[in-house]
Amino acid sequence: MSKNPAVMSTPDRASNPPLEVHDLTVAYDQKPVLWDIDFELPDGSLTAIVGPNGAGKSTLIKAAMGLIPASSGYTLIYGKPLDKQRQLVAYVPQRESVDWNFPISVMDVVLMGRYPHLRLFQRPRREDREIAMSVLAEMGMDAYHKRQISQLSGGQQQRVFLARALAQDANIYLLDEPLAGVDAATEEVIFTKMKELRDGGKAVVVVHHDLQSVPGNFDRAMLLNLRMVASGPVAEIFTDENLQKTYGGRLNILSQMIEESRQQRFVREADS
Amino acid sequence: METLIEFFSLQDPNIRYVLAGTILLGISAGALGCFAILRRRALVGDAVAHAILPGVCLAFIFAGGKDPFMLILGAFFFGLLSMVTMDFISRNSRIAPDASIGMVLSVFFGFGVVLLTFIQTTGFVDQSGLDDFLFGQAAAMVGDDVLVFGGLSAMILVVTIIVFKELKLVSFDPSFAQSIGYPVKRMEFLLALLMVLVITAGIQAVGVVLMASMLIIPAAAARYWTDSLRIMLLIAAGVGALSGVTGSFISYTAPAMPTGPWMVVSAAFVFFLSFLLAPGRGEIARYFQKRNFSHKVACENILKTLYSMEEEDGRTDRVRPGKELRKRRHLTGRTMKQVLSSLLRRKLITYYGGTPDGYMLTPAGRKEAKRLVRVHRLWEQYLSQHLQIAEDHVHEDAESMEHLITSEIEAQLRTSLGSPELDPHKSRIPYDTDESKPSGSAAEEDSKKSLAGKAGYKPGEKGKGGAS
Repeated sequence: MSKNPAVMSTPDRASNPPLEVHDLTVAYDQKPVLWDIDFELPDGSLTAIVGPNGAGKSTLIKAAMGLIPASSGYTLIYGKPLDKQRQLVAYVPQRESVDWNFPISVMDVVLMGRYPHLRLFQRPRREDREIAMSVLAEMGMDAYHKRQISQLSGGQQQRVFLARALAQDANIYLLDEPLAGVDAATEEVIFTKMKELRDGGKAVVVVHHDLQSVPGNFDRAMLLNLRMVASGPVAEIFTDENLQKTYGGRLNILSQMIEESRQQRFVREADS
Repeated sequence: METLIEFFSLQDPNIRYVLAGTILLGISAGALGCFAILRRRALVGDAVAHAILPGVCLAFIFAGGKDPFMLILGAFFFGLLSMVTMDFISRNSRIAPDASIGMVLSVFFGFGVVLLTFIQTTGFVDQSGLDDFLFGQAAAMVGDDVLVFGGLSAMILVVTIIVFKELKLVSFDPSFAQSIGYPVKRMEFLLALLMVLVITAGIQAVGVVLMASMLIIPAAAARYWTDSLRIMLLIAAGVGALSGVTGSFISYTAPAMPTGPWMVVSAAFVFFLSFLLAPGRGEIARYFQKRNFSHKVACENILKTLYSMEEEDGRTDRVRPGKELRKRRHLTGRTMKQVLSSLLRRKLITYYGGTPDGYMLTPAGRKEAKRLVRVHRLWEQYLSQHLQIAEDHVHEDAESMEHLITSEIEAQLRTSLGSPELDPHKSRIPYDTDESKPSGSAAEEDSKKSLAGKAGYKPGEKGKGGAS
């Protein structure tokens, strides 16, 4: 994101990890929501970001993608700054983030995934439509390509979002709660697809709400609660102690400080 | 009539100019308006339209009279200024966006009215035509005006078409657009710029007070007819153009009449028609959908009633009097008649005209009735088993859900419950495998066939009268 010595180093696809995030701190209205996050991901990995509500899970991937301003920190993609490598990253926002009554068809949404491969103002080509149809078929949604998006169930909408990410043909996939409120069939389709991507050498990061299903489905995890409690292979970091630290009471010094700074702002406002 | 012919024969070159100008304006405002309403920025458009009045007045003061280039410059500047102000207020204060929009609208407009009064009372500039900018006066447009305002509209339209793909993406999913590196901020600024420009283009023909409705109403009407953004833009453009024609025609026939209100009224008329008539979404279509559904529910309830009567005495050979059906279902005579004739037509029940006369389920009707009872009881079982809802609370819910449960959901219910035999009230759940019998033995089935063949039970094909 910002200028950093690390940016200057020669980017080498072979030796640099697909995604690294360094010193990431995010604050809303002065209130810190993420503290000094550092992590990197290897190729061919499937990582769950877990943590309690309000732990900053979605904020982490949004800030890593530069969608919300960070107070500090930067993201490297294969050792190069994010803005030069965006075509290598596919981001799937939360389903609730868009208006599903928007007058647009399933096909049109998936075609948006092809936009990074098109020039500005260039119309999608036939080849893009073919790719869109094939990724829709992979998600079991090809029969719905002409539907208006409001006529889909929640699970189907999520599949369309995932199809759009697949159409991007990226190396890194960042998915924000793709399994929230979807039906069992969709959940299976999505899990299968994510594992397929991992086996194909892609790095997949998923904001996930269900702690139970992490060990069976993911190989890495990040335990997040405002700061990174632990990050690494699930087998190593899913310890009672770490989980307790992540989900346990909020009365640690950090959250006290956060509360403090919130109050400070409150006072400052009352002054003005 | 004569004026109508004169107007549309386009003999008068001025009419051609005015018409071209208003049509272009209608098209570009309609198309751009779609993005405004989809991005929920319609009110911002209204505020901007009002806020350009001071710009118009200052243009008069500086130019010493009406000058189209100065007008556009002044209007554009104040339009942009109002937008920046709204943005600044909502970004840097705790004031909610709607309040900041309201504030900017009234403050800028108020300032405009002050300037307007100032010009009118001092009279040091040529103020002829200044009033027209409040409510519009298309007929007052002359050669230069049309060239400038029409040219502006045409330019906006061309830009909108070129950046259509990008505007669509940024309007639908801005965070995704940002994630793939699209210049979202710049696109949003471009959209705001286009909106200010189209409003500026409309000040002569429609006026500042009503210009926003030319953005909003055609787009709102268009949304009723389509689920495709491209077609929505085309329809909105068409509605805009139509209002432009109506407005300029009125302006031509009654020169004292302001154009803006007439354009708005005709656009609103199209909106009203869309609201009523649009297929699927219009009120009339929705009324019929609702009526069809309640008819379907009533039909299904009668089938179920017939089936439960069979279940009670275990006989499928009895004729059930219409009176008893009515008593059980609490339907009015009229509804009952409609329901029974529809069921007869679909061969789900038959009418027997003997004494007592009445109705019986056909095998097809019994199959459907059984399906309804089955999904009703499966749903009850599901509620009590999976949601731990008390047995005496599940019936009401199932009464309404049974009409909505599709075969897919039924299959899922059966898988998840393992095709149970009994519902929470210990009633048997009927499956299609156990033939057409609700309960009881096969002997009764035979006796039914022989009974039905006997005299006195004549099948009445056109037994519509038997409802009461």
